[in-house]
Amino acid sequence: MTSESSMGYIHSYETFGAVDGPGIRFIVFMQGCRLRCRYCHNPDTWEFKKGSPVSAAEVLSRILEYRSYIKRGGVTISGGEPLEQHDFVLELLRLLHEYGLHTAIDTAGSLPLGKTHDIIETADMLLLDIKELDARDAIALTGMSSRNTLDTLDYTRDIGKPVWIRHVLVPNVTMISEKLERLADYLRRYPNIERVDLLPFHKMGEYKWEGCGTPYTLKNTKAPSADELERAKQIFKKAGLPVK
Amino acid sequence: MLSNAFEGSGEINVRRFIVKNVTPYEGDESFLAPPTERTKRLWDELSALLREERERGGVYDIDENTISTISAHGAGYIDRDLEQIVGLQTDAPLKRAIMPFGGIRMVRSSLEAYGRRLPADVEKVFKYRKTHNEGVFDAYTDEMKKARHAGIITGLPDAYGRGRIIGDYRRLPLYGADRLIELKEKAKANLILDLMDSPTIRLREEISEQIRALKELKEMALAYGIDISKPATDTKEAVQWLYFGYLGSVKEQNGAAMSLGRTSTFLDIYAERDLKSGKYTESEIQEFIDHFVMKLRIVRFLRTPAYDELFSGDPTWITESIGGMAQDGRTLVTKMSFRFLHTLTNLGPAPEPNMTILWSQRLPEGFKRYAARMSEATSSIQYENDDLMREKFGDDYGIACCVSAMRIGKQMQFFGARANLAKALLYALNGGRDEKSGEQIGPELAPITGDTLDYDEVMRKFDQVQEWLSKLYISTLNVIHYMHDKYCYEKLEMALHDEQILRTSACGMAGLSVVTDSLSAIRYAKVHPIRDERGLIVNFNIEGDFPKFGNNDDRVDDIAADLVRNFMSKLSRHRTYRDSKPTMSILTITSNVVYGKKTGSTPDGRKLGEPFAPGANPMHGRDANGCVASMRSVSKLPYDSAEDGISYTFSIVPSALGNTESERDENLVSLLDGYFADGGHHINVNVMSREVLMDAMEHPEKYPQLTIRVSGYAVNFIKLTREQQLDVIHRTFFDRF
Repeated sequence: MTSESSMGYIHSYETFGAVDGPGIRFIVFMQGCRLRCRYCHNPDTWEFKKGSPVSAAEVLSRILEYRSYIKRGGVTISGGEPLEQHDFVLELLRLLHEYGLHTAIDTAGSLPLGKTHDIIETADMLLLDIKELDARDAIALTGMSSRNTLDTLDYTRDIGKPVWIRHVLVPNVTMISEKLERLADYLRRYPNIERVDLLPFHKMGEYKWEGCGTPYTLKNTKAPSADELERAKQIFKKAGLPVK
Repeated sequence: MLSNAFEGSGEINVRRFIVKNVTPYEGDESFLAPPTERTKRLWDELSALLREERERGGVYDIDENTISTISAHGAGYIDRDLEQIVGLQTDAPLKRAIMPFGGIRMVRSSLEAYGRRLPADVEKVFKYRKTHNEGVFDAYTDEMKKARHAGIITGLPDAYGRGRIIGDYRRLPLYGADRLIELKEKAKANLILDLMDSPTIRLREEISEQIRALKELKEMALAYGIDISKPATDTKEAVQWLYFGYLGSVKEQNGAAMSLGRTSTFLDIYAERDLKSGKYTESEIQEFIDHFVMKLRIVRFLRTPAYDELFSGDPTWITESIGGMAQDGRTLVTKMSFRFLHTLTNLGPAPEPNMTILWSQRLPEGFKRYAARMSEATSSIQYENDDLMREKFGDDYGIACCVSAMRIGKQMQFFGARANLAKALLYALNGGRDEKSGEQIGPELAPITGDTLDYDEVMRKFDQVQEWLSKLYISTLNVIHYMHDKYCYEKLEMALHDEQILRTSACGMAGLSVVTDSLSAIRYAKVHPIRDERGLIVNFNIEGDFPKFGNNDDRVDDIAADLVRNFMSKLSRHRTYRDSKPTMSILTITSNVVYGKKTGSTPDGRKLGEPFAPGANPMHGRDANGCVASMRSVSKLPYDSAEDGISYTFSIVPSALGNTESERDENLVSLLDGYFADGGHHINVNVMSREVLMDAMEHPEKYPQLTIRVSGYAVNFIKLTREQQLDVIHRTFFDRF
C-alpha cells in the first residue's frame, strides 16, 4: 500500500454482480449521494464521509482476490454516487486497468461534467441512470434537475463511450406512457447506447428508510405488473432501442 | 478393425479401452434427439405409478416374503412391449425387497412402519443366521454405544448396508461374465501363500463369493432371456449388460449409496461405432439411455422413517460421473455426456441418477454451457473439480455417493458417516459431559470456569476432546467394517473390482461452520457462558461482533482450514481395519437438521436444536458479501486434508444470475470456472426462487418432479420432511436488488 493512495468512503461490496454490466462483476458501493430519489432502495448510502476511509490500493487488492471469477466480467463502481469521490475512483479505475480488468461506473451523472469527465474517459463503460427527463419533475423526484445527467449522456456520445441506460419504472410517477415515449424518443439520438435496462420499482429497501430522517412517500405504490412491464418495454423496442 | 466385441481377452483394463477408443466431442447439444413415442408412453405409465407411490405414503408395495439376493426374484417389467432395457429389483416396479443381511431389526421395523409383518419363515432364518447389525453390537464397547447415543458420532452404517462401493459395471459388457469368472478363478489359484494367515484366508473366501455372485448374475440375466456370458456386441447390449451388473448389486445390497460409476463415456464408444456403421440412429441410442435412466430412477430400498429423517427423500445416490479430462489432455466429454443430461429434458427433472459433472477449466465450451443451461432448468446437477481430483485419482475415477472420489474397480471405501464437531466443542467446555443429558460421554476434563471464554484455554481443551474423539471414531469404524465384511460382504460389487485394491476409512465432520464461527466469536468478541443448575454451560451471551465464515475473511477462514487439518491429522494417527487409509469428508447430506436438533446452543449464537449449515456451507444468513465471497471461503478448505470431499450447496434466484438466458448460462459457467480455479472441490447448483419452494410446500401435487440439490445429492423437494423443507428455504438464497 502506497502512502499517496487516495482514500475513499465505501458503503459495501457485492462479490457477485450479474446484472450490473457484462459478465460476473465485483461491485464497489461508494458512500454518499446528493440525490434524494423517492424510490431509493439504499438510503443508507446517502450520507457523505460515513465510516472509515480505505485506500484505492486496499480496495484493489481485495478485488484481485476474485480474479478467477471476474476475468470475463469485471468491476462496477456503484453507489451512492461514485462520481462524488473523484480522486479515489479515478485511481481505482487506473489500478484496475493495470491488471487488465474491465471497469464500469454505475452513476446518475448528477455532477457537472467539469468535475467528472476524466472518470468517464477512463472507465470502459457507463451504466447511466436517467431518473426523469423533465427538469421540474426530476426535482420533485430526486431533488435535482436532470441537467448534469443529460450533459453526461451527451459527452459519452461525443467520445464514443459505451453506455447502458437504466430507468426505474414507478407506477404513476415515471411509468406513464407519454413520459416513456418521450424518453425513448430522446434516447434514439445516442448510437453509443448498447442497452436499456428498465428496472421495475420494488420496495425491498423500504425498511432502510426508517431512521434516515426522511419520510418514505411511496408506501402505497405497488410494484409494476408483468404486463405493465412488457408494455413499457414495447415502447422502447418500437423506438429501436436495445431493451432487455 | 475392431471385432464385434471390443476386447474379451487379456487382462482387465477398462481405462485403456476408453483412452484408446474415445471420440471426444467439442460441439453443442444440437444433435440430441427428442423422446420416442415408446419412451413417452413408458414414462407416462411410470409417472402414474410414481404418483400412486406418493399417494400411498411413499411406499408403493413391499415383497416381504422373499429375501432378496441377486437371483431371488423372477423377471419383472414395467411394460414389456415398450421397454428397451429390462430388469427390476423385484417382480414388479416400485415393489421394495427385503435385504436383511445388514440388519434384520431394520427390516422388521421398516415393515412395521408400513403396516406389514416379517413372515414367520423369514424370522426363522434369522434365528440361525446372524446379521451385520448383531455382529456390530456384540463387539461395540460401552463407550462406543454412549457416543453413538449422544450423537457425537452419528449416521453410522451399523444397522444396514454401508454402501459407497462402486462396482466397475463396465467390465460386464467389455469382457462378458465368463471371462470375469475365469480371471477370478485364476486369481484365487494364485493366492496360495506360504503363510495361510487370516488376511489370505479371508481373501480366498471373498474371491469364492465373488465367483458365486457372477454366476448368479448370469442366472438373473437368463430369467430375462439374456445371456451375458460373452462381451456385448452393440450399444443396446452394452447398456443392458452394464445395467444388469448394477441391478444385481441393488438386489444384493441396500447400501446407503449405490453409485453407478463413470459409464457414459464408456458407452459412447459403442454408440459411435453403431452410428458409423448405421446399426442404430441417434434416436434409438437416446431411447436406450432414456430407458436405462428410467430404471435407475425407480431403484428403491426399504428404509425406516428414522432413516428418512436423516437422509430424506428416498435417496439411492446412483451417482454417474460425467465428463472430465484424460491424462493425455483430451477431453472425456462425448456425445453420451450430453445424452445423459438430456434425459432431464426427455423425462423431466429427477433426483436420480445423481448427475455429477467432473469439471475442468479445459472442458469444451459447448458442454460447459449446456450443463449450465440444464442446471438452470432442472437444478438436478452437481459439479466436482476434475483438475483437483485427476491429480490424486487419475482419469478413471468416479464419485461414490456425493463427493467421494475413487478409482473405479481399484479402490473402495469403508463409509464412516461423521463426527459432530460442534458437540465436541461443547464437551470441551463442559468437561466431557453432554450439554443436553448431562451424562459423562467424553473424557473427564476440568470444565471451563470463569465468565468469559478464553480462546487459548478453549482450544487446548477442544484439542484434547478431538484426540479422544478421533480414536473412538476410528475404533468404532473398525468394528463396523469388520462385521460388514463378515456378515454382509458385497460379493457382486467386489467381483467387479481387482483383487488388490486401495481401501480408505472415510470419516466425516459435521458442524464445520458452527465450530468455526464459535471459535471466531470466542477469539474476536467476548463470549460469556451461561450455566444451568447442573453447572453445565447451556447458553452464551455474545458481546461485540466477530468475523464469520463465508465472507472471504482470512481471520476466520484460517480457523476453518486449521480445524480440518487438525482433525484429519488426528484421525490418521490411529490404526485402521484392513490397513485402510483414513480420509475425511465435510458433508452432512440432509442430516444437518437432525444433528442440529441433538446439539445444544453454541458460542456462535446458534440456539439449541437449530440446524447446522449443510456440508461445508457457511451458516445461513451470515455471508454478507455475496456468493463469490462465500465460495472463496469454502475453496480455502484444504482438499489434501479432506480427500473424501468438501460439499458446498449454492442456491440462487434466476434473476440474480443474469437478465437473459444466454447471460445466465455464461455467468454460471464463469462462476464454476472461478470456484474450481480457486480450488473448490464440489458444488450443488440450485437455480430457483424461494416462492416456488414455498408454493411447493403448500401444493405438492403441483410439483411432482421439482428437484433440488441438497448437500451432495438431489431430492424430490416434496419428499423432504417439513423441517427439511423449511431448512432449505431458510438457507441462504443469493438474491440482489
